[in-house]
Amino acid sequence: MNLCFHCGEPLRGSTLFARIEQRDEPVCCTGCQAVAELIAGSGLGDFYRYRDGNSVRPRESDHEDKWRVYADPRFAAQFTRTTKERTSVTLLIEGLRCSACSWLIDQVLRRHAGVHDVSVNAATGRASIVWDDAKLNLADIMRSIAQLGYAPHPLTDETVTRALREERRDSLKRLAVAGFGMMQVMMFAVAVYSAELANEIMEPKLLDYFRKVSLLVATPVMFYAGAPILLSAWNSLRSRSVGMDVPVGIALLLAYGASVWNTFEGAGGEVYFDSVTMFIFFLTLGRFVQMSIRQHTAGVTDALARQLPSITHRVGENGVEDVPVTSLRIGDVIQVRRGEVLPADGQLLDSEAHIDEAMLTGESLPVCRRVGERVVAGTLNVDGPVKIAITALGADTALSHIVSLMQRAQTYKPALARNADLAAAKFLGYVLMGAGLTCAAWLAIDPSQAFAATLAVLVVACPCAFAIAMPAALASATANLRRHGILLTDPDALESLAKVDHIVFDKTGTLTRGELRISRCVPLAGVNEPHCLQIAALLEQASEHPLARAFAPYLHKGAVEDLQTVAGRGVQGRIDGRLYRIGAPDFVTELCQDKRPPASPPESIGSVVMLGDEQRALAWFELTDSLRAGAADAVTQLRSLHIEPQILSGDGQRAVQAVAQRCGITEHFARQSAQQKLTHVLDLQKRGKRVAVIGDGVNDAPVLGAADVSIAMGRGAALAHASAGLVLVSDNLAALPEAVLLARRTLRIAKQNLLWAALYNLGSIPLAALGFIPPWLAALGMSLSSVAVMLNSSRLLPRAPRRTTVPTVIAAAPLRETTA
Amino acid sequence: MSILFVLIPLSLALVGFAGWGFFWAVNAGQFDDLESPGWDALRDDPPNNDSSDD
Repeated sequence: MNLCFHCGEPLRGSTLFARIEQRDEPVCCTGCQAVAELIAGSGLGDFYRYRDGNSVRPRESDHEDKWRVYADPRFAAQFTRTTKERTSVTLLIEGLRCSACSWLIDQVLRRHAGVHDVSVNAATGRASIVWDDAKLNLADIMRSIAQLGYAPHPLTDETVTRALREERRDSLKRLAVAGFGMMQVMMFAVAVYSAELANEIMEPKLLDYFRKVSLLVATPVMFYAGAPILLSAWNSLRSRSVGMDVPVGIALLLAYGASVWNTFEGAGGEVYFDSVTMFIFFLTLGRFVQMSIRQHTAGVTDALARQLPSITHRVGENGVEDVPVTSLRIGDVIQVRRGEVLPADGQLLDSEAHIDEAMLTGESLPVCRRVGERVVAGTLNVDGPVKIAITALGADTALSHIVSLMQRAQTYKPALARNADLAAAKFLGYVLMGAGLTCAAWLAIDPSQAFAATLAVLVVACPCAFAIAMPAALASATANLRRHGILLTDPDALESLAKVDHIVFDKTGTLTRGELRISRCVPLAGVNEPHCLQIAALLEQASEHPLARAFAPYLHKGAVEDLQTVAGRGVQGRIDGRLYRIGAPDFVTELCQDKRPPASPPESIGSVVMLGDEQRALAWFELTDSLRAGAADAVTQLRSLHIEPQILSGDGQRAVQAVAQRCGITEHFARQSAQQKLTHVLDLQKRGKRVAVIGDGVNDAPVLGAADVSIAMGRGAALAHASAGLVLVSDNLAALPEAVLLARRTLRIAKQNLLWAALYNLGSIPLAALGFIPPWLAALGMSLSSVAVMLNSSRLLPRAPRRTTVPTVIAAAPLRETTA
Repeated sequence: MSILFVLIPLSLALVGFAGWGFFWAVNAGQFDDLESPGWDALRDDPPNNDSSDD
């Protein structure tokens, strides 16, 4: 069969394949391949069974058809999120190379009626678009991006993998061509310059030969390695805007054109092949470094998204069967075997399991999850097979939630970067005018210098370094925070975090684990403690009450009969023929013959339950919340960073005081309502303090919203996550001082970058206009200033992981997919 | 100096050959992942390669 599976056209020698429902189908072009795999990968493979012949023919030459697929709301819904009239999507944009590109896309999209918000980030290659679905559809948006010469991809797993790989290979090849070419051309240029320096006259025949060979080598460098620059300049000119690449493109074309002219028209004029190739090499190098940092950051997020398996084992009426994850429904029961990754969120059904949550939290040890507890997609089962009842799938899973928060953060530009962009765009207009003035002035003074000076101004003034100063620092810092188990959901939060001087903790779930433990057991009537605990654990084993979990560690062998749960009061059951009750004191004493209630344990700081049998009360248990490991250390370290810690809690005075003492916090406020917390934070801010608030609950959301920086705990409520700027995914408080230090470093490095870029641009332009900088030096200076900014920012990247095996799993698993 | 008229085309041919070799290596995926192949040798159990059937 020699026809394309997708469009039905003859294959014409194509060797491409599209993977559709576990089969490789031949396709005629990459356009067909992409669309076909996208359709199949979204679980819409049925399309191929029910379509009327080969009606859809998305071909590379025919973009209109390619984008029409996205006009189908059902298909578009795979990639978009809709709330009220607002629909949003995150697109990966292939060919997005610098902030000028992102500015261009931003501008063009905003011209559409119905587009509410556009945020394009060059450092991550992504665009976030919010629009009114009634006026516009996804196809319109993708089409208008494609018309600009970019290739938009809605963010799904396969498209990300392929696009990243292709982009990386592509830029490596361009870098190699530019590098080889530059070395060759330099060799000839050095020979010619040496002859000039030695005041020797080169044989005209040899000089001519050198020039022609240089032309031969410089041409692929110009039109292959330099193609992205020239294309980007052309695209922004075509849409009547001045992008970063416009002056660069003009300079390249002028220099190359003049050199070609002088090569063939007598030996009088200069040739600039050396400057052209060197400029292109350094520009390509700068872009390659920027791309690497961007892919590093994106890779961490995508590694999360790509952990999910595509096949799982569903437990149905006919036993266990293997089904694709896309066919699962909420409520299905699946089996997850040893070493498998969970495909969806769910509840553990049959036995407790050790779950490796490192992908999600960075915590390297597997965590024990008990029956009935929630387990989340993307984590790894390290025990034997377990059964799980699915509670959330696909976009509703905790993993997707985290990934979309991270994507939002990555595409959103912080205020500092937006200002830098604006300044750069204005600056470009002045550069073009300045180049024109320089040319005019030199023509009047000394026409022989005019060309070189104009060229130097155009090249030296490119504000690339200025535009990437902030995004580069931020991208590196985000990747580093992720290693510490911290999600940055709002890039502005990093700037605020660096300046924070007060931090307000919630107590339950933040400083403490939010899980009750038995802190004291007071046996009455001469019974021994282990015996009491053993009976209590047996009674509580089936209870769903939060208090009941505290007894689970004391559970040993034993049988209970007639187990009864009385909602809100306690549990009753028969062990070895004797009837026991555990729960509220009055519920227990009802059963006892001895009706006198025994004295309560004095000075209780937690919850209290009683155990009794038919004769008498047997024991008191006091249950308290335990402090998080590292809470006290974190507080000490924060104080050494001159950040004053406080506790604001809704709990009772005694409980708050106990926690405050153990953490070493002196300022604490108990019995605070959400409103009081809010007022307290606002008061602090009125006194000029910068306040970070860290909490986990839904009731914390308003306070989190009011704080300068809000931090939510990873196990906390989704609403708390949504209003937080940072999420402590690992729940590890020790990461907090690290985050503050990193935020301060990021701000320092971003400022260094901006200062360096501004000094360079302001200092170099007058020198170039006065003719002190030859074109080759201008090319070197401009390129090195960008590379310097990238290298300075890369100091914020996390050090290569060499501690445990966990990070290598993260690094290796997705990458292996790309080579397969 | 006329030897240059032979040597320079020769060097260009060599550069072309090196460039071709590099393009081949990039297209064959040699540069896609510079880290994990080094770790693969140290791994005890073969990883469950659920995408290797591509």
